[in-house]
Amino acid sequence: MTSLRQFWQSGPRRDPNTVAYIVLLVVAISFPILATVATGGQGEVMINVAADAGVYVLLAVGLNVVIGFAGLLDLGYAAFFAIGAYTYAFLASDHGRVTPLGEPIHLPFWIVLFIAMFVAASFGVILGAPTLRLRGDYLAIVTLGFGEIVPRIFKNASVWTSGVNGISALDIPALPLWLQGPWSGDPFAIVPDFKIISPLAYYVIMVLLLIISVVLVRNLHRSRLGRAWMAVREDEVAAAAMGVNTVAVKLLAFSIGAAFSGFAGTFYAAKLSLVSSENFGFSVSITIIVMIVLGGMGNIPGVITGALLIYGVIFILLPQMPEYATGFANSVGLSGLTHPSGDFPGIGEFISRLKFLIFGFILVVVMLVRPQGLLPSRQREQELQKGIAHEDTVIEDVTAEVGG
Amino acid sequence: MGTIGEAVRRRRSALRSGLTGRFLDLGLIVVVAAFLILLATRVLEHGPSFFLQILTFAIANGGIYALIALGYTMVYGIIELINFAHGDVFAFGAFLSASLIPVFGLGEDKPFGVLPALALLGVFVVTMLVCGVLNVSIERIAYRPLRHAPRLAPLITAIGMSFFLEGALFLWKGPSNVHYPNVLPSAGFNLFGAEIGTKEIIVIVTALVLVVALALFVERSRLGKAMRATAQDRDASLLMGIDIDQTIAATFFIGALLAGAGGTMYGLYYNTSVFDLGFSAGLVAFTAAVFGGIGNIYGAAIGGLLIGMIQSFWDGYFESAWTQVVIFAVLILVLVFRPTGILGMRVPEK
Repeated sequence: MTSLRQFWQSGPRRDPNTVAYIVLLVVAISFPILATVATGGQGEVMINVAADAGVYVLLAVGLNVVIGFAGLLDLGYAAFFAIGAYTYAFLASDHGRVTPLGEPIHLPFWIVLFIAMFVAASFGVILGAPTLRLRGDYLAIVTLGFGEIVPRIFKNASVWTSGVNGISALDIPALPLWLQGPWSGDPFAIVPDFKIISPLAYYVIMVLLLIISVVLVRNLHRSRLGRAWMAVREDEVAAAAMGVNTVAVKLLAFSIGAAFSGFAGTFYAAKLSLVSSENFGFSVSITIIVMIVLGGMGNIPGVITGALLIYGVIFILLPQMPEYATGFANSVGLSGLTHPSGDFPGIGEFISRLKFLIFGFILVVVMLVRPQGLLPSRQREQELQKGIAHEDTVIEDVTAEVGG
Repeated sequence: MGTIGEAVRRRRSALRSGLTGRFLDLGLIVVVAAFLILLATRVLEHGPSFFLQILTFAIANGGIYALIALGYTMVYGIIELINFAHGDVFAFGAFLSASLIPVFGLGEDKPFGVLPALALLGVFVVTMLVCGVLNVSIERIAYRPLRHAPRLAPLITAIGMSFFLEGALFLWKGPSNVHYPNVLPSAGFNLFGAEIGTKEIIVIVTALVLVVALALFVERSRLGKAMRATAQDRDASLLMGIDIDQTIAATFFIGALLAGAGGTMYGLYYNTSVFDLGFSAGLVAFTAAVFGGIGNIYGAAIGGLLIGMIQSFWDGYFESAWTQVVIFAVLILVLVFRPTGILGMRVPEK
């Protein structure tokens, strides 16, 4: 054990994240097997949920580029997610027939993935180009406004988007060719245009997308551009003085983040086979930010862990809690708690209303107690702690002599 | 928090600052002119009494936004933080005053007179004070420890606090609209065919009184001077013997007083409230603060009025489904074309 630890600590450039990446990869590969074994062959539900969680992981990895690497607070990330999802809905469904266009468009999922990425990134540039010159917190508010505008446009422009009903019956992603065989219970054959229906297939696609994204983002982080992001995040004036084109660098971070969101949006729309303007509100953007902040801003394995944790709490644990709580209250003889009285809605409903409170609590407590997050990057941790300690000493001295 | 004269001088120098500046200003003028022409045609279509009616709603609406915007602008002026929780303090004010109204012996269908008016004043005062204490606690818990942290940190706790408060209101009253008792007299008078209610007059007058009181306070009082000094240069004010922590806390307190009053007025005027009111109204009010020039008290008041007018006029003359889109588009346009706002003071880039 000691020798292993020494091994990991010995190399001067060894990335402490390597272990985390390996663990995450092992978990990702073994999860479907474990889920199937644990439930006695009925693991499909869990695999399905995991594939959905993957969408949020992808979003968190993408937003981490914007917030964690470049230090730009993007509060309208769900807008790009919506743009990605609606791009798929327009380009891969019969919906075109009911729009003024009059013609349905059916492009393959794989091509739309890239188109959506491009479209989302373009919107990122359109929004970012004029606003990234502004101060950091102005950017936050502009993105917040953008995040409010986009779902409303999708909702109001009902001629094109069917308004509140959303667009349904989207194309099921298909592989052009697939070798079927005994593993799926069929005789050997080459099937053209194989429709992807099983949750496991979605899971595998999601994991592959994630691996590609993580490798991409990690390489970006270690590149010249990644260092420029860090410089801009820490001190924009100094970065500009060193010859970094701050606006271009920020714009790249912004549009790369948007591209990931478009990516995730396409997958989300294809899997759900439905898009609706209700699913891309401010709370989605906040959910992703909470994931990043909790996991550790700027650190990819931390962000992934944070995303999985929050997803588990918000979408799996919290929806089940009311039932447990009601059952518990009944069993300990407090059945009065299960009924609404006055402003109190009954314990079950009470718990299901806790989501916002928990989000707020996590954001505040993490930023106060552990601003570097659960799994911080070593560099960021030092920056955060040093930054605080250094400034504090300077100011406190002055207070002691003058104010006190 | 400069005066108008100063702002005009700055505006002139900004105009001289080069071709891009002029080009951007021209773009803004074109957008505004196009909107005004469109509006004018609609106004002519609908006649003068409808216009007067909408104008009354617009000013009352704008008065409430101005009160919220003042809190944003004061806090931003002094510590350069978007206090996202401010909108939720406003919503809390609406909820709290709704609960206080029966406590103070007020209710619907009761005749309005001197005694109920005094009771209503009591509701106002208690709500404002509680909101003030709440906002100061938020500052103490969530912002003060992070005063020297990277910029992103307090911004994130501000969002966290906003969500926390929203969650608390959600737990308190649930997801649906909450009815707010209608205690103000519904009588009104007819002015050129427009119905002008007592409600509108009360809201407009209250807002005006509060804005003027605040402006006087900031310009004349010792604490106001300390606030302006802290906003200009925190370290220098510290060296001059100003207690920074206390001054910032006072700023939060005063901002929340206005938010509490705004919340009460919102409830009295619209007779409804909802847990995420603070999010939507807060965002609009922040837009107003930016519009008027963040950090500037008169700017926030004028910005609030303008945003309220844009909202009411759009509701009245165009499709109301697009109102929010228009307001956020205004926000983005203002930030792109004129980040200093109408009466903006130059905020130093850090």
